[in-house]
Amino acid sequence: MDILYLLVPLSVVLVFFIIGGIWWAIHKGQFDDIEQEGERILKD
Amino acid sequence: MAFSNSQATTFNDKVVRQFAIMTVVWGVVGMLVGVIIAAQLTWPELNLGISFLSYGRLRPLHTNAVIFAFGGCALFATSYYVVQRTCQVRLFSDKLAAFTFWGWQLVILSAALSLPLGFTAGKEYAELEWPIDILITLVWVVYAVVFFGTIGTRKVKHIYVANWFFGAMIIAVALLHLGNSAAIPAGALKSYSAYAGVQDAMMQWWYGHNAVGFFLTAGFLGMMYYFIPKQAGRPVYSYRLSIVHFWALIFTYMWAGPHHLHYTALPDWTQSLGMVFSLILLAPSWGGMINGIMTLSGAWHKLRDDPILRFLIVSLSFYGMSTFEGPMMSIKTVNALSHYTDWTVGHVHSGALGWVGLVTMGSMYYLIPRLFGQKQMYSVKAIEIHFYTATIGIVLYIAALWIAGVMQGLMWRSINADGTLTYTFVESVKASFPFYVLRLVGGLLYLSGMLIMLWNTIKTATSGRSVTVTIPAVTAHA
Repeated sequence: MDILYLLVPLSVVLVFFIIGGIWWAIHKGQFDDIEQEGERILKD
Repeated sequence: MAFSNSQATTFNDKVVRQFAIMTVVWGVVGMLVGVIIAAQLTWPELNLGISFLSYGRLRPLHTNAVIFAFGGCALFATSYYVVQRTCQVRLFSDKLAAFTFWGWQLVILSAALSLPLGFTAGKEYAELEWPIDILITLVWVVYAVVFFGTIGTRKVKHIYVANWFFGAMIIAVALLHLGNSAAIPAGALKSYSAYAGVQDAMMQWWYGHNAVGFFLTAGFLGMMYYFIPKQAGRPVYSYRLSIVHFWALIFTYMWAGPHHLHYTALPDWTQSLGMVFSLILLAPSWGGMINGIMTLSGAWHKLRDDPILRFLIVSLSFYGMSTFEGPMMSIKTVNALSHYTDWTVGHVHSGALGWVGLVTMGSMYYLIPRLFGQKQMYSVKAIEIHFYTATIGIVLYIAALWIAGVMQGLMWRSINADGTLTYTFVESVKASFPFYVLRLVGGLLYLSGMLIMLWNTIKTATSGRSVTVTIPAVTAHA
């Protein structure tokens, strides 16, 4: 199952990207005032 | 940035219009090929002895046409529309966006020629040969530049949840395509996979399952999170839940691939791990489904007289159904019965026709009139008829294949007292005949619904005109 030496690291790299994404989103205040964001798209 | 469109005052709806029209056109083509091969499975003589009409060549044409041509154009159209509306900015680059349209049509055309002629890499849902794979990579990278470039120049601070789903789809599909399509060319239209044996199989289903998870699920969930609230005129039931839904779904999907390889040469522990992750997937999937359906909480009456909303909500019920059925089929004891039977084909189609198809049609019925300066489609009655033909078609299709599949599984495992098989394989084929006829009828109904949609689209487009929409004045949070 040598393929796992490729697939597991690839998937782990992706998970790091995902963790980076959620970290960025939280610290940039993406989720600060969350429920009203659902309303906004109805206004345009 | 000098070359970006961030100062433009109008949206780029031209590329959205092009992709939306082609969604409908490729939908008709892909589903027509599906009906033809369903008829061939019922009456094999229908290949007329012509090589490029044989089942083995038309089947990948069908899957490529519905997934990448119909589904792909729908994803391009809706993601380009949604990202502009929710970010209140024009697409990052008009030229690059136009390149993705023509490039993607060229990919589809190459597939439509090369697959019937017998050029195939032999990997399910990744059959296209290496030169076309390179073109796909190029178009996809440009797609990522246009999409993320638009996000980068957004005028609204918050990135709406639909964009997260579209973005994850773009990144994951790029990674999957590069991983699985790695091959050594052995001629202009011939190549050998970079992996061998069970390694290749594992790579293939890591790709195959995540193509379902990201291309056919995450991208279409992005559609769901924009078009259901818009059509219902209400915000999504819980915006907080939609965020949890997103992160939970993308964390878990990547690990479920091995369930396609139960009872094969794949190590047992890998199969069991794939099964466990598939079972976990039920939670985020149902969280998202409930979130979408509950958006109508307190406004259920809208379902009574709005056929577009009915398309969108019924698509979610099929999503819920197939994301329950999927984890169940990944349980090894259930899979021992279901694997290699038509139950699997039925499962795929409850997801593809029920979820992907209906949510796309609902979104297009919202989108198309707006792209042509109309208030609604040319005929609302036709949307209604389309809804019923499609829904009845799906139910016939999946019910027929449930029965056929379970019957095949039971016949294949049935053993006499002396240890010999009770049935030969061909007896199970013969017993499946009536259900194949029923499946064909279901497919015909679904296709006729799509033809109604094509007529309605042409009527709407020709009675309207291509409009240019001004970006509304930026609201707070800029």
